Amino acid sequence: MSETVSVEDVVEGARLLAFGMRPKLIPSRDLIYAELVKRFAEDGPFRELTAAIAEGLGLTVLAVSSRTGVVLGPGEDSIFEQKFDDYARRAVLGERRDLERVLHGIAHLAIAALAFPRPADLAADTYVGRISVEQADAVVREACAMLAARATAAEDAGDPLEEAPRLERAWRVYLRRPEAAPTKDGRLAPSTTRGVIAKALRFLADQGFLVRVSDEYDGTYRTTPRYQVQVRELAAERAFAELLDLGVVAVTDPFGSLRTVASPDSGSPAGV
Amino acid sequence: MASADGDGAITFHDEGLARRLKALACTAPLHDLDARKVRLDWCEGAGYQMAEIALQAIDQVTVAMDFDRGADHEDVVSRVLPFVAAQAPERDRAEHARVARWVLDNLINVGSTDRGFRALYGTFGASGAYQRRVWDFRLLVELVSPEGEIYLRASDEAINVLVGALDTDVESAQIAAEVKLENLIRRGRLSDAQLAAQQARYRTVQYAETLRRKLEATRRDVRAVDWEREVPDLIDEALTHIAERYRYENAILTNITQIRDEAEEPVHKRKAAELVVIVSDCIRRHTQLQARLQEAGGTFRVEQDRQQFSGHVQRAVVDLFGHLLVPTLGLSVAQATAPVAAFFGAVSGLMPPKLPRLVRLVEQLLTPPQDKGHLLDEVPEPELAPLPDPDVFSEEQWRQASELLELEEVPRRLSGLLADARVLDPDLPLLVALRVLHAVAPEIGVAVRQGDDAVLLAVDDGTALRDPQFGGCDLLVGVARLDAGDAVAEDMGRGEEVA
Repeated sequence: MSETVSVEDVVEGARLLAFGMRPKLIPSRDLIYAELVKRFAEDGPFRELTAAIAEGLGLTVLAVSSRTGVVLGPGEDSIFEQKFDDYARRAVLGERRDLERVLHGIAHLAIAALAFPRPADLAADTYVGRISVEQADAVVREACAMLAARATAAEDAGDPLEEAPRLERAWRVYLRRPEAAPTKDGRLAPSTTRGVIAKALRFLADQGFLVRVSDEYDGTYRTTPRYQVQVRELAAERAFAELLDLGVVAVTDPFGSLRTVASPDSGSPAGV
Repeated sequence: MASADGDGAITFHDEGLARRLKALACTAPLHDLDARKVRLDWCEGAGYQMAEIALQAIDQVTVAMDFDRGADHEDVVSRVLPFVAAQAPERDRAEHARVARWVLDNLINVGSTDRGFRALYGTFGASGAYQRRVWDFRLLVELVSPEGEIYLRASDEAINVLVGALDTDVESAQIAAEVKLENLIRRGRLSDAQLAAQQARYRTVQYAETLRRKLEATRRDVRAVDWEREVPDLIDEALTHIAERYRYENAILTNITQIRDEAEEPVHKRKAAELVVIVSDCIRRHTQLQARLQEAGGTFRVEQDRQQFSGHVQRAVVDLFGHLLVPTLGLSVAQATAPVAAFFGAVSGLMPPKLPRLVRLVEQLLTPPQDKGHLLDEVPEPELAPLPDPDVFSEEQWRQASELLELEEVPRRLSGLLADARVLDPDLPLLVALRVLHAVAPEIGVAVRQGDDAVLLAVDDGTALRDPQFGGCDLLVGVARLDAGDAVAEDMGRGEEVA
C-alpha cells in the first residue's frame, strides 16, 4: 500500500480519527464525517492507513459505522486515557482511596451489566439498554446480598480482620455504604452509592455513551451504540482478562448470568 | 468461648460469643449518647436521658415501617418530641427539637462516610490464633423512596436490640410471642401482655421486611430468582402464615376487646385499650402483606412474558453480570482494584488532552466557576472538646530536672541547683524552682501509698535567695527516706529526718 499513500489520504484518515474524538458527533449529522466513514468501509488501503495512524497515536479503532461513528479505544498508558485516579478522587481527607476506587469501578461495571443484562443484549447491535441510578444501585445491592447469603451458607468467618482491611470483600464495602443521605440543601451526597452511580452516569453521558432520557428514578439514561461497542469490544474483554489472571472466573456458560438469589433462610440478607 | 485443653491449645470456638459481642456492640451507640451529653455546649445535656430518647426514636421508626417506606427525619423528630419534653419540661421547644435531632443524627451517625458504627471483636481462627475482626452495623438506615424522598428504616440490628430477642428465628419467635400473649391475657396480666403484644408487632414488622426484600428482588429481575420452585413456595408459605396469624390475632382481639369493655379498674381498661390498638395494627399489617403477596405473582408473569422472547446469542460475549460484576464484588478490596481499573480505563472512552491557548486565556480566567449543582457533601457539625493544655516543659527537661534533684545524702541549696540547671538549659531553672517549691509541703501520705521510698523535701532556713531570675528564700533541698513498711510513717509526717 505504501506506493498508493498520498498526503491527502493521511489527512483524511487523521480527520476521520478526529471525528471519533468528538463523542457526541455522529456521521448522519455531518456530511464529511459520513463520507469518510463510507470510504473507510469501502477502501481497504484507506482502512489500513487509518488504523495505522490510530496505532501511532496509541489508539485502537474498535468500530467504524454510520450508526456508531468512529469508536476509538485508548491503548494502555495512552495520553488519551482517562485516569482512574483523577476520576475517583474526592476532596475528603482521611478517606481510604482504594475503597473509593473500588466503589467507582463497581458503579461502572453495574451500569454496563444493567445496560446489557444478557449476553445476547450485548451482542445484538440494535439493542438499546436503559439504566437508572435507582436500578443500578439495586442491582449491585442484589448481587451483594446474594454473595452475603452465599458467605453465610459457606459459614465463612465473615467479618473482616482488623489488621487487614484490604482483604475485606468488595461487596461488604458496597453494602456498608449508605445508598443515600440527605444534605442540608436537599442534594444527593456524593459519597453514597447513588451519588457514585449518578456521577458515573453523568460522566458516561458527557462522553457520548449514554443519553439522558428523563429524571425518573434519580435520572434515567439510554445507551448509545458507541457504548455497546466500547463495552463489548474493549472494556469487558480487559476486565475479564484481569479476572482470568486472578483465576476467579472460568468457562463461559451460554445461559449466562443472573441466577437465583438463594433466599437467606434465617431472617434477612446481611446488611441492609 | 474457647476451651483450652491440657496444652493450652484452643480447640474450638463458640459462635455464640461473637453473637453476644455483636449484640453488646449494638447498644454501644446508645451508651455513647449518654456519655457525650454533658459535652453539649448548646444545652444542659445532663438533664436528658439520651439512651431513652434513642430507644424511643428507634421505636418510632420501627412502628412507622411498612412496605413502601418508613418515617422521614422530621416525622421522627416530631414524634419523639413529647418524650423529650417530658424529661425536661422547663426547657423550651426549640431545645427539645434540637435534642431529638441530635439523638437521631447520632443514631444514623451523620458525619461518617458509611453512616454506621463499627465494633471490634475477637474470634479464634482456623489455626486457633486469636484474630480481631471488624463488624460494621447500622441502627437507622436512610433509604430513598421511589418519589426520591429520603426516609428512615430501622436496621435488623436495631430491631433485634430493641426487641431483645437476638439471633432467633423470626417465625418461631412470632409464635412464641403470641402464645405468651394469649397466656398473659388469660391470666389477666395486662402490662406484661402489652409488652408481649408490642414484641409481636415488631416481629410482624421484621417478618414483613424480610418478605419485602425478597419481593423486591423478584420484581426487579425475574432471572434473579428461582421462579420455578422457591418463590411460589415462599409465597405459599407466607400466605399460610398470614391466614394463621390473622385468625389468631382476631381471636386475641375479640378477647381483649371484651376485657376492655368489662374491665372496671381504669388502669386495666386503659391497658386493654392500648392492646386493642396494637393488635389492630398487627392485623392491618398482615392485610397489607397479603395484598403485596397476591400482586407478586402477576408481576412475575408480566416480567417473564416481557423477557422470554429474545433472540439467541449471535456471538460469544462476556456475561457482564455473571462474569464481571459478581466475581469482582466477591474479590477483596486489594484484588478488585485491578479489574475495575481495567474496565474503567476501557469504558471511559477518550479524554483528549486539553491544551490551553493563549488567546482564550483571559476568557477562561473570567469564566465563573461551574455550579456543581447536584453534588454536595454535608458539612458535619463537629463536636468540640477542649484540647489538653500543651506541655510547658519537654520530656527531656523533666528528665534533666529529675537528674538534678536526685540528691545524695547531702542536701543542697536551691541557688546551686538553679545555677546548675541554667548551664544545661535556660528554661530548666523554672522547672527546678517549681519542683522545689512543690517539695516545701510534699504529700508524704500519697508517696507512702504509692510505695515510694523517698520524697523530695525543701526546708526554709531563713537564707535569702540570690539569683538573677528568682527571688525569695534559698531553700535547703534534700531527700527524705520513707519507711514504707511502717504504717505510722504517714502520721509522723514532718517528723521524718532530713538527711
